[in-house]
Amino acid sequence: MRFLLPVVIFALLAGLLGWGLTRDPKEVPSPLIGKPAPAFTAPTLFDPQKTFSASDYLGKVWVLNVWASWCVACRAEHQYVTQLARMQLVPVVGLDYKDKPADGRAWLGELGNPYTVIPTDEKGRIGIDWGVYGVPETFLIDKQGMIAYKHIGPINADSLRDIIVPKLKELMQ
Amino acid sequence: MITGISLRLLWLIPAVLLALPAQAAIEALEFNSPQVEEDYYTLIDELRCLVCQNQNLKDSNADLAKDLRHQTYQMLQQGKSKQDVIDYMVARYGDFVLYRPPLKNNTLLLWIGPFVLLLLVLFLVIRRIRRNRSVEPPEPETLEQARHLLNDDEQKTT
Repeated sequence: MRFLLPVVIFALLAGLLGWGLTRDPKEVPSPLIGKPAPAFTAPTLFDPQKTFSASDYLGKVWVLNVWASWCVACRAEHQYVTQLARMQLVPVVGLDYKDKPADGRAWLGELGNPYTVIPTDEKGRIGIDWGVYGVPETFLIDKQGMIAYKHIGPINADSLRDIIVPKLKELMQ
Repeated sequence: MITGISLRLLWLIPAVLLALPAQAAIEALEFNSPQVEEDYYTLIDELRCLVCQNQNLKDSNADLAKDLRHQTYQMLQQGKSKQDVIDYMVARYGDFVLYRPPLKNNTLLLWIGPFVLLLLVLFLVIRRIRRNRSVEPPEPETLEQARHLLNDDEQKTT
């Protein structure tokens, strides 16, 4: 019985630390989940005369993908955002975050433009309101204009198939 | 001789010039009042940079940290209170942005955990010390045996 105690303590500690290893400390849970999507109106990348507002898609499910030409992970994510847009489930809005419009246009010229519309956030103020801290980030917004889900970091084949698409289908019902 | 030394140290000049920008993480700012200045430095000390998670806004040179410092500065200059800025940051980034998280149900373990562990260890140590003190005297037979062994040893060495 006495020698069992250290074994039990060890097992508990190993279990706790092991569980900790499976979690990503870079993923900070957003307090904005279930809250109204922060309002903004911003000029669009290809036609600065036109603006896009977060309220434009009220009543629809839509996706806000935060990207930038300087963001390396966005390059890796680009093909999966393109896949998502090709499914034509919902509008995919690309927020060009803290980027020079010319750089953003060149980047899309090289890789292709998957986005329905591209608002720009040169100063990063919209990003702060949405709690963006590491691009790429992807928000799913429901018909009531609430943020339903936030994906931090690049989308890959797995997260697109297993998380993003099922969640969107659920929200669209 | 003097010129020799100063010539040899000439290489330090470009080195010093190159080193200067690295220290420029804190911007030169003008404040409305000393109170605003104090609040500003307290806040950027207590708010966490979300990109480089083990740095506060003051230490971090990340782009987002700069933006958040600027936001803090602007809000304070506009007459907002320290609490306003904290509420603003928490609404966007959650409690994680605070180096001093509030006492809530899900932070309870964080706050009292170390004290619970300390008390537990103290209790175990005290119990062990008590137990060691109250050692029973050995049985007469074992005592006799021990004496025999000791005597044996003495006879061998002499």
